[in-house]
Amino acid sequence: MDIQVRVWRQSDSSDKGRMVTYDVKDISPDASFLEMLDVLNEKLILDGADPVAFDHDCREGICGMCSMVIDGVAHGPQRATTTCQLHMRHFKDGDVIDVEPWRAAAFPVIKDLVVDRSAFDRIIQAGGYITAPTGAAPEAHATPVPKKDADLAFEAATCIACGACVAACPNGSSMLFTAAKVAHLGLMPQGQPERDTRVIDMLQAQDDAGFGGCTNMGECAEVCPKGIPLNLIGRLNSDYRKALRNSAR
Amino acid sequence: MAAAAATPARTSKRTSSVLLKILMAGTGILLVLFLFAHMIGNLKIFFGEETFDHYGHWLRTIGSPALPDEWFLWIQRGGLTLAIVAHIVAATILARRARAARPVRYAHRPKVQAGYAARTMRWGGVIVLLFIVYHILDLTTLTLNPNAESGKPYANIVADFAPGRWYVTLFYAISIIAVGLHLRHGIWSAARTLGQQTARGQRIGQGIALLLSLVLVVGYLAVPFAVLTGLVD
Repeated sequence: MDIQVRVWRQSDSSDKGRMVTYDVKDISPDASFLEMLDVLNEKLILDGADPVAFDHDCREGICGMCSMVIDGVAHGPQRATTTCQLHMRHFKDGDVIDVEPWRAAAFPVIKDLVVDRSAFDRIIQAGGYITAPTGAAPEAHATPVPKKDADLAFEAATCIACGACVAACPNGSSMLFTAAKVAHLGLMPQGQPERDTRVIDMLQAQDDAGFGGCTNMGECAEVCPKGIPLNLIGRLNSDYRKALRNSAR
Repeated sequence: MAAAAATPARTSKRTSSVLLKILMAGTGILLVLFLFAHMIGNLKIFFGEETFDHYGHWLRTIGSPALPDEWFLWIQRGGLTLAIVAHIVAATILARRARAARPVRYAHRPKVQAGYAARTMRWGGVIVLLFIVYHILDLTTLTLNPNAESGKPYANIVADFAPGRWYVTLFYAISIIAVGLHLRHGIWSAARTLGQQTARGQRIGQGIALLLSLVLVVGYLAVPFAVLTGLVD
């Protein structure tokens, strides 16, 4: 199939950037979106042009590196799917496809489609962990966890921190990401001692990184490649309120 | 390529966005409670002029004899003003942050999936504020009322929504619908901000928000349309 892509080109963080149109011919419908960009880049390199920079790593939907807004939708038109797992058969011959980076002040563009997501690292550093002795993995049943909690914690833990929630949010908010991390750890018995400080510190790091606030629009959950449920944000809000009450004691 | 433009970490601590939202939820709930009390009072117009004017007079004597006349009203007005100011200040801070959080817009941006009510919270709120200002000048201070007879709220309302002043009724209706849309998203959003956290609760909460907003819109529109159609004269 033959398509056209309009890609965001920006040489570095100081460049203003612009959309550039490229023809991509003879693409297999079974190619992934990233493979289509590989084909484009090979052609650009042969032509002596600068290839399009984009983030990618595992290409099997679990690492959270790929990060593109395709036709205005983070990770493209297929629900609960990362860009690397999106295939060209979801597009039609002759389509013009717009490809842009995540747009957020907290995620500055490094080059083309690559953004700096270290703001997420700072949120994790603020409290997205459990302080525990490291070493060999403990025996799985040493600490019993109710099935319901384990299931919900697992659902939250599937967050791959790709940042699609921020890219889609009209407010540029990272609430779904932070909510997933807070829920994942807060549901586990091992996460209880730091539950209050975690939610307060992670939210502070989120606000300080320049993310917007949540207005419960739900765009984040629509584009989340892992289907993190929107209601975890309610859990985050509840945890935050309880943490404030406990810290006032 | 890894010459990563290190994101400048903000040095100053920001007020928590969730705390600002809790403030908005709390003040919003207070204002919704007032809207229901106000609506119930309005509907007394259907019991006739004497009942309605008597009710208007009673509002001035609430708390009597412990409180001198009108003291309760002024305490309530003070409380509501404080709630509105806090609600707007928090909303403004959050709206400015949201704008700053996306300095470069998307070239290709489809309409968001959230409903019209959710998308128009900010500008809808501005319309509601303008309406509140007009409404106070019209029916509290009577500055803009064509009848403007203090102590005669029934006559003032009938004069206000007279068929010849259809544009007033139209503006009132648009404003009330704006209030309804604001609350359709706002009531549920407040519940979520205060910790509502199940998918089932979300469906129920959104249903309740829709129902409460509809009751308010119908309740508030009943009065001007009753005057317009001559049901109340």
